[in-house]
Amino acid sequence: MDVVTIEGNEYKVVAQRPKSLTDKPFTYCPGCNHGTTHKIIAEVIDELGIQHRCIGIASVGCSVFSYEFFDFDFISVPHGRALAVATGAKRMRPNSVLMTYQGDGDLAAIGIAETIHACNRGERVTCIFVNNAIYGMTGGQMAPTTLLGMKTTTSPLGRDAKRIGWPIKMSEMLAPLPGAAYIARVSMHDAKHILKAKAAIKKAFRAQLEDKGFSMVEVLSNCNVNWHVTPQEGVKFVEEHMTKNFPLGVYKDVWEDEKAAKQTDKEKG
Amino acid sequence: MPMIEILDDTCKGCLLCIPACPHELIHNTKAKLNKRGLYPVEYVDPDGKCTGCRLCSIVCPDAAIRVYKEVKKKSA
Amino acid sequence: MSDERVFMKGNHAACEGAYRAGCKGYFGYPITPQNEVTEYMSAHIWEHGGTFIQSESEVAAINMVMGASATGTRAMTSSSSPGISLKQEGLSYIAMMELPMVVMNVVRCGPGLGNIAPHQGDYFQATKGGGHGDYRLITLAPNSVQEMAQFVYDAFNLADKWRNPAMVLTDGTIGQMMEPVDYTTMPWMDPPDKSEWQLDEFQEGRERHVLTSIWLDPADMAVAHEKLIEKYERLKREEVRYTEYLTDDAEVLVVAIGSPSRVTHSAIRILRQEGLKVGLLRPITVWPFPYSAIREYADSKHVKAILVAEMNWGQMVEDVKLSVLGKKPLHFVPKHGGLTFTPEDLTEPIREILKNPESPNTLWHVS
Repeated sequence: MDVVTIEGNEYKVVAQRPKSLTDKPFTYCPGCNHGTTHKIIAEVIDELGIQHRCIGIASVGCSVFSYEFFDFDFISVPHGRALAVATGAKRMRPNSVLMTYQGDGDLAAIGIAETIHACNRGERVTCIFVNNAIYGMTGGQMAPTTLLGMKTTTSPLGRDAKRIGWPIKMSEMLAPLPGAAYIARVSMHDAKHILKAKAAIKKAFRAQLEDKGFSMVEVLSNCNVNWHVTPQEGVKFVEEHMTKNFPLGVYKDVWEDEKAAKQTDKEKG
Repeated sequence: MPMIEILDDTCKGCLLCIPACPHELIHNTKAKLNKRGLYPVEYVDPDGKCTGCRLCSIVCPDAAIRVYKEVKKKSA
Repeated sequence: MSDERVFMKGNHAACEGAYRAGCKGYFGYPITPQNEVTEYMSAHIWEHGGTFIQSESEVAAINMVMGASATGTRAMTSSSSPGISLKQEGLSYIAMMELPMVVMNVVRCGPGLGNIAPHQGDYFQATKGGGHGDYRLITLAPNSVQEMAQFVYDAFNLADKWRNPAMVLTDGTIGQMMEPVDYTTMPWMDPPDKSEWQLDEFQEGRERHVLTSIWLDPADMAVAHEKLIEKYERLKREEVRYTEYLTDDAEVLVVAIGSPSRVTHSAIRILRQEGLKVGLLRPITVWPFPYSAIREYADSKHVKAILVAEMNWGQMVEDVKLSVLGKKPLHFVPKHGGLTFTPEDLTEPIREILKNPESPNTLWHVS
């Protein structure tokens, strides 16, 4: 913990910008949970002491410039292909810690095949999947996770299940695959949930560090500009509507499964 | 006493920290514009109520809030 | 496997060339006529400390190679025409990020599903930057099983020398046929050190490495473009390769690659026995293309006409046209549908051309 002196008094700095972030201020819109998620990931990486082992994979979307904010090696890759690139890198450098940072368009639309198969192969990579139910960078189009009734620039009358289908639930889809070691859905809409999200992200990285398998944390996030709301209304919408469609929780936890298996063995034994 | 510091040029005035502070010590005073042309929030704590709980810093999407806790002086 | 002469399939030889070049990652997807590459890699790359993944698609495969190459290791993928089309976006990113890697295209018939017979319809895609943006792949064109191994080996070295993706462009015949291969020209090697740019673990103090292909500010993008183009210009000056067969006194110069270039050898032997002077210039690098070498022949007194034989509607012939620039009549003999050349397909038109260098039925002109 850093100690500084201000006006003659000594203070411990109990909260500040994490070391694993560069000095560049985020370019995300005011109140956007991308920033919160970046900060939390960096705190986890600091606490795990793995900053210089990390290799980041930046996808295409609002977070395309995430490589300017994380202070470790990074590559910017084609839309939807982050988990394939991470696979190639991790297989060649198993001791590196691979993180992909992807949005809902990148992971659940164009990149869904790469996502399912990286998980199904149990690739030892950690995927941070920010779900804000919209395409942000390109100006607010509908995403696979757009909620029913939600108006976007490509569902101007509101998403209608008859014509467009339902918001896709990635955590539920990936959890049953044996390759998945840790899958959780979290949210950043208030301090309590941010701390829970941090714990989940830390566990996801541990799944990679302990060679357990594929890990993904789906982070529900606001998108104030494209939802046409204030930051406070944005996090409220996440709390009241997003969490209804995308229930928070741990969808796969290999440690729990192992504990349960030991339990049944004991009972059988 | 614990206290916080708002990094004026990093803060975007999103105001998410305001409801997070249990003692309402952060205000949207719009006292000055920062380099980005936005109004950073202001920490106003005349009675030293801040407990260093860090809730403001946790919700800040831009890591724009530092939180300090005084190092207890060992009594001489 | 012994290092002396080994009788094997072209697609298998390509793998052995890769192993000797220190290739540690192969990512591929099944497609005829190159399945033997994927299968051989799945069986043997492990023996050389490498890793094999059969990906969910060719798109995933090229992106896995991108990730592997970004960490400084030698990696490759292979496919055939439709699969290579799926890899174009990835290759464009790889080219802009200057990632060294090898992609092999064992060409089959297109467009569309085409068929699994040999063809050369991917020449433009391979040599003119098949994906979006202004970039080139160093492209080598083998016409024998020996060259399948040697050119994959060379492609890895050229890719690292220039920090540029390299393609081995061949056709189904060369991939499927069997011939003896001498591996003594491919000594086992460890890949060069790339620690100054590769993504890797690093100590405090080392500048972090970022690989990207996006510059929002056009002025910055222009600088990135100029840097790339300056490299391509140097490549064009320094890495052109071609072979010549009986060209010193040739009156008709044939230009061909892949299996058509082998049939040309037979045609030349037949015609030489009839006292007719025909030779073959065979580009080894189809990018950078040997424009000036062909121009010299076009300028020479002894060459009366130039003939290009291709299994397509005429693609490399355009590069030859750029070399000849109208100095001598340019003739073109195509093959379509996956049909392959017989010596007669070439000897007949060449006899005609020797009688009349302007013989109309094979004359090729841009109309």
